[in-house]
Amino acid sequence: MSGYEKYYVPDQSKLPIYAAFSMFVLIMGAAGTINAVGTGDSISKYVLYFGLALMGGTLFFWFKQVVQEHLAGLDSTQLNQSFVYGMAWFIFSEVMFFAAFFGALFYVRTFSVPWLGGEGEKGLANMLWQDFSPTWPLLTTPDQGSMYNIPNKSMSFPGWDKMLLWLPLWNTIVLLSSSVTVHMAHINLKANKKKKFNIWLGITVALAIFFVGLQALEYYEAYAHYGLTLNSGIYGSTFFMLTGFHGFHVMLGGFMLAVMLTRSVFYNHFKPGHHEHFGFEAASWYWHFVDVVWVMLFLFVYIL
Amino acid sequence: MSAVVESHDHHHGPAKGISRWLFTTNHKDIGTLYLWFSFAMFLIGGAMAMVIRAELFQPGMQIVEPEFYNQMLTLHGLIMVFGAVMPAFVGLANWLVPMMVGAPDMALPRMNNLSFWILPFAFGVMLSSLFMEGGAPNFGWTFYAPLSTTYAPPSVTFFIFSVHILGASSIMGAINVIVTIMNMRAPGMTLMKMPLFVWSWLITAYLLIAVMPVLAGAVTMMLMDIHFGTSFFNAAGGGDPVLFQHIFWFFGHPEVYIMILPAFGIASHIISTFSRKKLFGYTSMVWAMVSIAILSFVVWAHHMFTVGMPLAAELFFMWATMLIAVPTGVKVFNWVATMFRGSITYETPMLFAICFVVLFTIGGFSGLMLAITPADFQYHDTYFVVAHFHYVLVPGSVFSIMAAVYYWLPKWCGNMYDERLGRLHFWLSFIGVNVTFFPQHFIGLAGMPRRIPDYALQFADWNMISTAGAFLFGASQILFLFIVVKTVMGGKKATPEVWEGAQGLEWTVDSPPPYHTFSTPPLVK
Repeated sequence: MSGYEKYYVPDQSKLPIYAAFSMFVLIMGAAGTINAVGTGDSISKYVLYFGLALMGGTLFFWFKQVVQEHLAGLDSTQLNQSFVYGMAWFIFSEVMFFAAFFGALFYVRTFSVPWLGGEGEKGLANMLWQDFSPTWPLLTTPDQGSMYNIPNKSMSFPGWDKMLLWLPLWNTIVLLSSSVTVHMAHINLKANKKKKFNIWLGITVALAIFFVGLQALEYYEAYAHYGLTLNSGIYGSTFFMLTGFHGFHVMLGGFMLAVMLTRSVFYNHFKPGHHEHFGFEAASWYWHFVDVVWVMLFLFVYIL
Repeated sequence: MSAVVESHDHHHGPAKGISRWLFTTNHKDIGTLYLWFSFAMFLIGGAMAMVIRAELFQPGMQIVEPEFYNQMLTLHGLIMVFGAVMPAFVGLANWLVPMMVGAPDMALPRMNNLSFWILPFAFGVMLSSLFMEGGAPNFGWTFYAPLSTTYAPPSVTFFIFSVHILGASSIMGAINVIVTIMNMRAPGMTLMKMPLFVWSWLITAYLLIAVMPVLAGAVTMMLMDIHFGTSFFNAAGGGDPVLFQHIFWFFGHPEVYIMILPAFGIASHIISTFSRKKLFGYTSMVWAMVSIAILSFVVWAHHMFTVGMPLAAELFFMWATMLIAVPTGVKVFNWVATMFRGSITYETPMLFAICFVVLFTIGGFSGLMLAITPADFQYHDTYFVVAHFHYVLVPGSVFSIMAAVYYWLPKWCGNMYDERLGRLHFWLSFIGVNVTFFPQHFIGLAGMPRRIPDYALQFADWNMISTAGAFLFGASQILFLFIVVKTVMGGKKATPEVWEGAQGLEWTVDSPPPYHTFSTPPLVK
């Protein structure tokens, strides 16, 4: 380690406590709104909106400041490395968040549903609902639909003949392609071809929007034609929670990429150097992460 | 933008007034905030414990309604775990990790401030639920479904969201610590030259990032089950209430190591200093902590032996749990070997540290008893369990935090604490804690169930003794507050080294250290 750059320690800042306060307003609004569903309470909703606006505003100014500090040359190679590690560990925490939901899926498929059907050592659970026969996708719930809706169709692989009309396949193609295009953007950025970078990044953002559109269409199909809802027992629960949180993350990742595109097109940010475009690189890592999660979803929620 | 450029080069002291604390990016300020916050939470959670013990002073219902008792029990657990012990360790990490590795500050100073300021808001929300319709959460700190879903008070929604932002705070704090350790060590400080407190926090931070998101997932599933019709924890829809317990304890078991690993680091520093010997078995200490962390991911179901798992699972989790005794034993032997033939003096930090080793080992042994599946069928949900985890958490984690405060407080504020008062505080706490929790082993083995506000007459004597001990322990913490405030206000000046022969970079700077330390990193040989 030859020569030691000065590590940039920012001056005191109002942003963090604004962010903490925004979170406070946000959760008070969210909890109040959710608790008041059906009671006609109108105040909490506005608290929630206010919290969202505060949070968005705070994050905007926070990121703006970090970008400005970078442009002013305050960040050393070492600080950049802190961002790199920080983003990597953040993505690891996201992996563990999804692990909780995948864990739930594996548990119900391997243990609780077969047990409810009378299988194995803990099959005594079958005494609760003796008419229940376990299947996966689980359409008929153990209580035979007295508490939960019974959908008439699942989202699983429909067979080779109907494969081309199967939305998840197209979603997979769209998202996998977008991972390639964002990588193409990165290659062109490193080669200092900014115009090509913008084009490839633009295509990626378009694919992200297209994916979200297809996913919305799939949800519409599920609710309107399949009778498959959050209220459809454990199959609907795991299906919507896994694909729903993935969808949120796609929106977030797509938004990040769109911000990077804006920065590149309108402000000419990002240079080819190794530490001159980490904002974009972090967003692209995130994008690859949501892509990998989708591959897991495609395998374990849709196909197997 | 010009303001950004101008402000960075000149180093100056803290800002004046309240804005210093609200807007700070300084790791020492933030460490101080964390420590004071955790102490306030310790007193609030402690007051709730006093309500619980007062009710249990005699059999029959005397002081509170059962519903309120349940709320006290729940909030006591949540506040002590998430509000007192964890923030105290994060506060110590903030103060010490940058100084120990020779860094100018934490890696991400603004995010550091955010991690702290989330806490008062999150606990504000959680405590405000006491005044909501239906009362505060009343389902125990483990919030098992369906108690926490189908049968929960409406305030559970506020509880869920406060856990969400607490998790965000922990994850950000952990990322900050891990990045500081990985990226900001002074030149020459290789991983195996790091002080053990830093090692313990590197591993703790990893555990936090791995399991806090799982807790977020668990409470999200609760939220969906309660309000949006899903059936994760409802067998009628194909889910399983036991699934909640699996997910919770997948978080929960690493969580208990999150609350003890930094204590291991602290004890290693203090025992070595006051034995005037190099720590025995540094390398094995590191690997023991790594093994404990890895094992912590495969033992969770030992909290659920009686819930109805297949035999193979009961056996696996029993053996895996017992394996943890091996690395833990390595640590205890190393501490003892460090003291062996040392020139020991018994200043307050050392008293707390030795007490930590002995009483934590007792808690560890009762843990081994609980790990035996067939025996656990007898012990499960009795006061024996309460005695076990209070032995590892109070004379374990909490005593290590107190030891750390006595050990490093002269460094932080530049004044020596009053040694006589410190020892008095130690002995009162030591007696109080044992009188409180040791009898709980007996009443637990005799069959007294936990979490119930009333009990059979046969348990009356030991409960009365336990309550007396609890009030002694509680009262002696007021003395602790007094000692700390007195030390901060003034006292004999501390030297930079503070303790004879203390090792580490933090002892090379003044006491108190300048507002910014190691702006230029020191060279570590």
